[in-house]
Amino acid sequence: MAHRSRRPCADPSNLWGNAREGSNVQTGLTPGPTAQNQDREARQARDRARAQRPAVLVSGVSRSYRVRDRAPVQALADITLHAAANELLAVVGPSGCGKTTLLELICGLQPCESGSIECTPAALMPQLDLLLPWLSALDNAALALRVARVPRPEARRRAGELFAELGLAGFEQARPYELSGGMRQRVAFVRTLLSGKPLLCLDEPFGALDAITRAEMHTWLTDALRREPRTVLLVTHDVEEAVVLADRVAVLSPRPGRVVAELEVGLGRPRGRTDPEVVALRERALRALALGSGR
Amino acid sequence: MRRRILEVLPAAVLVLLALGAWEAYVDAGAVNTFVLPAPHEVGSALWNNAGLLSANLAPTAEEVGVGVLLALLCGFTVGVLIHLFAPLRRAVYPLAVGSQAIPVALIGVLLVFWWGFGVLPKLFVIVLICFFPVVVTTVDGLASVDPEQLKLLHTFDASRWQAFRFAELPAALPAAISGARIALAVGVIGAYIAETSTATSGPYPGLGREIEADINALQTSRAYAAATVLFVFAIACFYTLALVERRLAPWAHRSRGEVR
Repeated sequence: MAHRSRRPCADPSNLWGNAREGSNVQTGLTPGPTAQNQDREARQARDRARAQRPAVLVSGVSRSYRVRDRAPVQALADITLHAAANELLAVVGPSGCGKTTLLELICGLQPCESGSIECTPAALMPQLDLLLPWLSALDNAALALRVARVPRPEARRRAGELFAELGLAGFEQARPYELSGGMRQRVAFVRTLLSGKPLLCLDEPFGALDAITRAEMHTWLTDALRREPRTVLLVTHDVEEAVVLADRVAVLSPRPGRVVAELEVGLGRPRGRTDPEVVALRERALRALALGSGR
Repeated sequence: MRRRILEVLPAAVLVLLALGAWEAYVDAGAVNTFVLPAPHEVGSALWNNAGLLSANLAPTAEEVGVGVLLALLCGFTVGVLIHLFAPLRRAVYPLAVGSQAIPVALIGVLLVFWWGFGVLPKLFVIVLICFFPVVVTTVDGLASVDPEQLKLLHTFDASRWQAFRFAELPAALPAAISGARIALAVGVIGAYIAETSTATSGPYPGLGREIEADINALQTSRAYAAATVLFVFAIACFYTLALVERRLAPWAHRSRGEVR
């Protein structure tokens, strides 16, 4: 089901405003109907090829915004990134360096001006949980399944299984406003996970949480990914978070965002924030950030 | 129970104060009782004409109920269509605004000519008067959905219809219900306008007609009694709708000041 999409430049300026344009953006994101017809051999060949190719390949992508009557603001300048399948790549950078833009480009929510993005279908977990206030926690988590036309009981059952696994049992019927911030993020994560996309784009998922809850969420995410391996792009401004969670860390400069450093983490899990290796890597990443800022 | 009493108390005090002031004003002889009857006169007119008034309430209640429901249906449908099809907004919105300026008395005769003395002309007038607030609040409600939520659905490969069904429609519901409240509040006076600008055969033409006839016959206290029935009926309708609202959109009703 994992079709790769290669987008030199789509124009999703109006998400559904014009169905023709919209479908153009989605071509690569929707599972193709041919998948079932392919014989096993071809599928295996494709799987092998995918294992060799990165799950995300962003090459030379730039993006600028034009605010009315002002000079265009360059958000991203010539970004080149890649993430292997089931790798967790953290993207750190100062506020306003275009991290969110990068994720929206990868998810096909914005057009890129130059360069190309090649990736497996991506699901976005936005900065705010964006849970729908009129749905229960369980139905929110099942939203992607419902959109994929999974019948409601089946969708609820599958979401319910993850609820139990991820420490949300007993809160299935709660409305989002009755949940704590950490729980809402977990529900949002379950929703992202159930979208079935092999690539998860997490946009500062724990940015709004207090330090204790955030540490809990780090443990929890590491655990969740061990059970359900996915390729993850984690955008954050918290260097420590990046080093604790990621396989690799890409450091961006202030706007316009460029990749100024890439650090291989290569540590076992779980990691403590005070592990000497983690602290050393954090220092390296912070230095890279400072260097990138002082250009 | 005690809370209930406390909730009703302010309104009750206000009504009693207003009635007292009204009574004092009339009793002081400041105004002819044909122009303004005293509350006790209205009260006794209410008592003496209870049968007549309740018989006249029935057609009016029917007009308000069915008319406002139709207005909600029309208003909501038009609102959704305007939201989904941008050209329609440019075509329909100005006309909808203009429709609010139509003097009902002008078309009343035509409506009777078309549809006779029955309930249909009245329903048309009520729909004409009530549908517009529903259109406006529905359109605004549908547009109020968080664009980030639409982006999110887009990453789930949601179709336009699914974005509407999962995000826009429920997001618009509280606003549309506000529109329904306005429509209902306006609907009662709409029924009065509808009855007095069209024609009805039969002994019980409705409270609007009754009021008009009483005014012409200088039965002012009975006219006020009928108006009092309308007054209470409007309030009852409003609170019935509030109950429906809690059912339909409970998320818009979490208690205020709640600490999480």
